[in-house]
Amino acid sequence: MAMTVELPALERTDATTPETKASSARLRRYAGPALGLLLPVGLALAWEIAVWAGLSNGRLVPPPTKIFATMVELAKSGELSRHIIATLSRVASGFILGVVAGTLFGAISGYWGLARRLLDPTVQALRAIPSIAWVPLFILWLGIFETSKIALIAVGVFFPVYLGVMGAILSVDRKIVEVGRTFRLSGPAMIRRILLPAVLPAYVVALRVGLGLGWMFVVAAEFMGASEGLGYLLIDGQQLGKPAQIVAAIVIFAILGKTTDWLIEIATAPLLRWQDAFGGKSGAA
Amino acid sequence: MLALDRVGKTYPNGVHALERFSANIKLGEIVAIIGGSGCGKSTLLRAIAGLDRATTGTVTLDDIAITAPHAKIGIIFQEPRLLPWLSVADNIGFGLSELSAAARREKVARALDRVGLADKANAWPRELSGGQAQRVAIARALVPQPEVLLLDEPFSALDAFTRRDLQDHLLDLWNDTRPTLMLVTHDVDEAVVLADRVLVMRPRPGRLFEEIKVNLARPRDRNSPHFDNFKRRVLTALDRSLDRNVPDADAKSTTGEAMWW
Repeated sequence: MAMTVELPALERTDATTPETKASSARLRRYAGPALGLLLPVGLALAWEIAVWAGLSNGRLVPPPTKIFATMVELAKSGELSRHIIATLSRVASGFILGVVAGTLFGAISGYWGLARRLLDPTVQALRAIPSIAWVPLFILWLGIFETSKIALIAVGVFFPVYLGVMGAILSVDRKIVEVGRTFRLSGPAMIRRILLPAVLPAYVVALRVGLGLGWMFVVAAEFMGASEGLGYLLIDGQQLGKPAQIVAAIVIFAILGKTTDWLIEIATAPLLRWQDAFGGKSGAA
Repeated sequence: MLALDRVGKTYPNGVHALERFSANIKLGEIVAIIGGSGCGKSTLLRAIAGLDRATTGTVTLDDIAITAPHAKIGIIFQEPRLLPWLSVADNIGFGLSELSAAARREKVARALDRVGLADKANAWPRELSGGQAQRVAIARALVPQPEVLLLDEPFSALDAFTRRDLQDHLLDLWNDTRPTLMLVTHDVDEAVVLADRVLVMRPRPGRLFEEIKVNLARPRDRNSPHFDNFKRRVLTALDRSLDRNVPDADAKSTTGEAMWW
């Protein structure tokens, strides 16, 4: 996650470098957010100058302009969109599968004590397995094409969603449930009118964590033999010695990860306006 | 009529919270239950609300045995327990889901008006003060027009001024439809201001200790000597209820007839 936080700033380096001086006065006004940009922009600038001045040849650590040029080149040839679409569709399918399964099992485990005692120990044991360890098995079972990749991503998404949903249901305030009981809500009405809204904030967090893991696992999945996708760009860059391509792919991962996370935040914000929490106001910003 | 017949409760962990509590409460009567901590006041209220089941004895309302929450019985808790994801208006209308949207809106609007929060209809519960939130809770419980309204220390978390205000307000609302009110409280003042009858309980195990009728006309003047007199009576009874050396003969009022003075 730390990577995702840092890298958009790196990306913005390219966009802001030429006009950094011109807008320095404006930057002072937005000192808060700008402060976070200071370090990455400064480093990128320093590196750009170092390479430009001939202090380094910049072969293994390409300067920002070179990374940007690589991205433009990939975009022009249409290759970039092909790789992005491949990766995005894998993450989307795996995420949806993982979320559906995680929500279903998490809800069952959270709602029925018996099911929890029956199911949860097994799920927790499976969770203890490093998910990458499934890769050989998935390839044997599902082949080396899309299915095994999507399965791996779904596994990664499943666990945080499962845990989040179960934990959220278990921690719903008994006092609020009692209000539902005094108004004689039936089982389904209790779920719809009390439990669902009560678990929603924790569910959104679980979705975001799940999505983060989905992005993590798509790289692992694409490492295990893919002919397209951002993970393929990484491997390709390594094998053909193109560090600019590797960094470009990393930057794109950061942009996509941050954007999709932001989309979840935006989509759920209207449902969570009621929240009275320390971070409640930041959701709208 | 709400009839409590030898209601007792022993929790699974062996705590004997309530023993053989009997009382008959007429429709429209206001009864305050007062007593030291651990005397089973809340246990009793939860049994009447149908939230917990009594281990012995029965609770009947108009000859219907109460074993689960019932439409004719509403409850207000110590905390407002508003649903934070619903607006104030939707919270008040929470128990009216069987009505059509229009009928519900109208009832809610009237209730909002009645508790003086018409301007807060679309506010979130988090935006309310403690007193406002409790007023919404009162409105939510009263809007389905229950026959019995149970109140579990409803004003104990509020400051003295707001508490007084809400006590008067509750009486005012009660006057609209005159349901039975059964109120658990720690506050002698509150018991005497509101109740027709004060039931003093004694702890370990919780049981009825003394019954005091408060026949003062409403509205009651908190500063009148009569009011003080009743307060003193309740306080004395409370003191005795907590004294373990009180001989059993003194507790003869448990039969419910020795409350005259």
